[in-house]
Amino acid sequence: MKHLVTVDQLGADGVAELMTLTDRFVEVGRRAIPKVPALRGKTIATAFFESSTRTRLSFEAAAKRLSADTMSFTAAGSSLSKGESIRDTVETVCAMGVDLLVVRHASAGVPDQVSRWVDVSVVNAGDGWHEHPTQGLLDAYTLLQARHGSAGDSPSLAGLRIGIVGDVKHSRVARSDLAAFTALGAEVTLVAPPTLLPPSLAGWPAEVTHDLDAVLEKLDVVALLRIQQERMIEALVPSFREYTTRYGLTPERLARLGDDVIVMHPGPVNRGIELAADAMDRPGTVITRQVANGVAVRMAVLYLLIGSGVDLA
Amino acid sequence: MPEPATSLPTVVIAGGEVLDAGGRRRADVLVEAGVVTAVGTVDGRRGATVLDAGGCVVTPGLVDLHAHLRQPGREEAETVESGTRAAVLGGYTAVCAMPNTTPPIDSVSVVRDVLELAHGALCEVRPVGAITVGRAGERLAPLAEMAELGVTMFTDDGDGVQDNGLMRRALEYARPLGVTLAQHCEDDSLSLGGSMHEGEWSSRLGIPGQPPEAEEVMVMRDIALCRMTGSPVHFQHLSTAVSVDLVRRAKAEGLAVTCEATTHHLTLTHESCGTYDPVFKVNPPLRTDADVAAVRAGLADGTVDAVATDHAPHTPESKDLPFEEAPPGMLGLETALAIMVTELDLPLERVLDLMSWRPARLARISGRHGGPTCVGGPANLCVIDPGATWTVSGLDLASRSRNTPYQGWKLTGRVRHTLCGGEPVVVDAEAQR
Repeated sequence: MKHLVTVDQLGADGVAELMTLTDRFVEVGRRAIPKVPALRGKTIATAFFESSTRTRLSFEAAAKRLSADTMSFTAAGSSLSKGESIRDTVETVCAMGVDLLVVRHASAGVPDQVSRWVDVSVVNAGDGWHEHPTQGLLDAYTLLQARHGSAGDSPSLAGLRIGIVGDVKHSRVARSDLAAFTALGAEVTLVAPPTLLPPSLAGWPAEVTHDLDAVLEKLDVVALLRIQQERMIEALVPSFREYTTRYGLTPERLARLGDDVIVMHPGPVNRGIELAADAMDRPGTVITRQVANGVAVRMAVLYLLIGSGVDLA
Repeated sequence: MPEPATSLPTVVIAGGEVLDAGGRRRADVLVEAGVVTAVGTVDGRRGATVLDAGGCVVTPGLVDLHAHLRQPGREEAETVESGTRAAVLGGYTAVCAMPNTTPPIDSVSVVRDVLELAHGALCEVRPVGAITVGRAGERLAPLAEMAELGVTMFTDDGDGVQDNGLMRRALEYARPLGVTLAQHCEDDSLSLGGSMHEGEWSSRLGIPGQPPEAEEVMVMRDIALCRMTGSPVHFQHLSTAVSVDLVRRAKAEGLAVTCEATTHHLTLTHESCGTYDPVFKVNPPLRTDADVAAVRAGLADGTVDAVATDHAPHTPESKDLPFEEAPPGMLGLETALAIMVTELDLPLERVLDLMSWRPARLARISGRHGGPTCVGGPANLCVIDPGATWTVSGLDLASRSRNTPYQGWKLTGRVRHTLCGGEPVVVDAEAQR
């Protein structure tokens, strides 16, 4: 496998293998010196045409812990503002001797296009509303860890009932989460008003409901999505207040959840809107674990794509 | 029109089968000084250019109701010269040039500019005027002044006229002018600039879509305004099953509505967008299998009056952008006839009816194009080799751009010769200038 643009490209077996591989990088992260020489001599470039802090830092941390050299390109203050095209930009970056390019763009499909323009491996770090595969994979890993301690040799989320709640339509995280969770056998319900669901769900392996309260008690996992101010301007929901009333994990709804029910969110959290502020300290809330696992999962992805079987010891 | 040539050759189109609205017959065609002077057995003429038409069909030239020649303003993508070279290679002898140029064709002076450019063109170019000033949808363009220069069709193509009241006034005002108002049907508040058909594929790909209803509500509105004003309305590039059915019912009611479909809406679906290649981005967008079937059914039962290209050249660099940022549009002039012959199960007579005879009437140029091939008639002719096979390659096309959605398709049916105003502008599938 050369590129990672969608979770589905891995296939169910590939997702499971990646989870197992991630266990080893979680172990590396616990070492006194959390660094291995697996990608020494390789160069990884991040090309972020849309701003991001956590994802870019996470990829760069992953690359550095694998001993790869890193280069970083961000749109602000770059040649893009001088009118250079994305194609010319990525071709230029790759001409400097890059083995793998991590791409984020506000438009769906750009990583696909980039993978046709350049010879190097391409990892999608989020493209428009389409996919954010490493987020889906790290969310799946976080659930395995929360339930079983680690992924183990035959990772599975079979029997787990997961609700993905919020703006599914505009969410690349929702698409990648759904693919990763179902690849591992989980049952997923999408919870959103009709205006925040994709126009067609044909072929989506998920149940759908518009009523969070009707399904809340049946869920083992509540995976919240971020809601943006733009959605009010587009008249997709009337107000944050009404959104919270209908779809927020309010203190009242949190009280109805069992202690072992897992609450996750890709961040950044709109506190008090998607999630009550005091939920962060709740035992089943895994939001900071998601961030920590992000580095390990991305190490596994980078190693899978351009590692050459170097020992991880 | 080609230059009223000082040195138009005498041409014999020899050994072909003449096909027009009157039927098929074996006949040579003699062309002298731009006029057909004999149809039948033509013996050798001294000094005549003999074009072999053995195994070929000699037909009236094709007429495209919908082409973007990009001049003035976007000469890097196409010019009147390159666009008409593409046209004649595709068998066209007349093309209607859409007004979304820079500046737009919304005034007498720009109409004159385009007519001036058309003097050097390889086929007849009919400038189409804008309905509103600057295609901005706010004030009526000088329709009567442009009509006096021979403009017979008006549209804000690229955009629909959003304002209901303004469209009503435009239709009322145009009624005595002997012109047709054409509409790019798209309600902006529903389409919201969506980059592809809203549905299964847009949902999966995460691309903002536009629903078919964005087209359909404007078709509905214009049918109502046609009924109200009695002024003819032509619907451009209809793409949805409901749109076709709305026009079918309006025609049954006796309203003066006509419509065109494009070759791409007859052959491609939204699934083509699955690789995020902006070459498949077009407006209206490629739709579902069911829509393609419905538009084809509209061809079969006569609801659809004409097949047009919506030839829309864009430079390679503009199609290297992200799908959502790339401009919509695809090439069509050089492939349309072969696509119809190869992909649609229609007799050649029906294909020509849709691509020549009826569009010539809709463009109000049937005195010069699309008429029967008879003595005294104008020599706007196309010689088609219906059995020739070829493979589409963007690099081989005469257009300045390469954005064909049919790259690599193997097609049957090729234009062998084209005569425009008696001038052999294409001979043996090569443009002569």
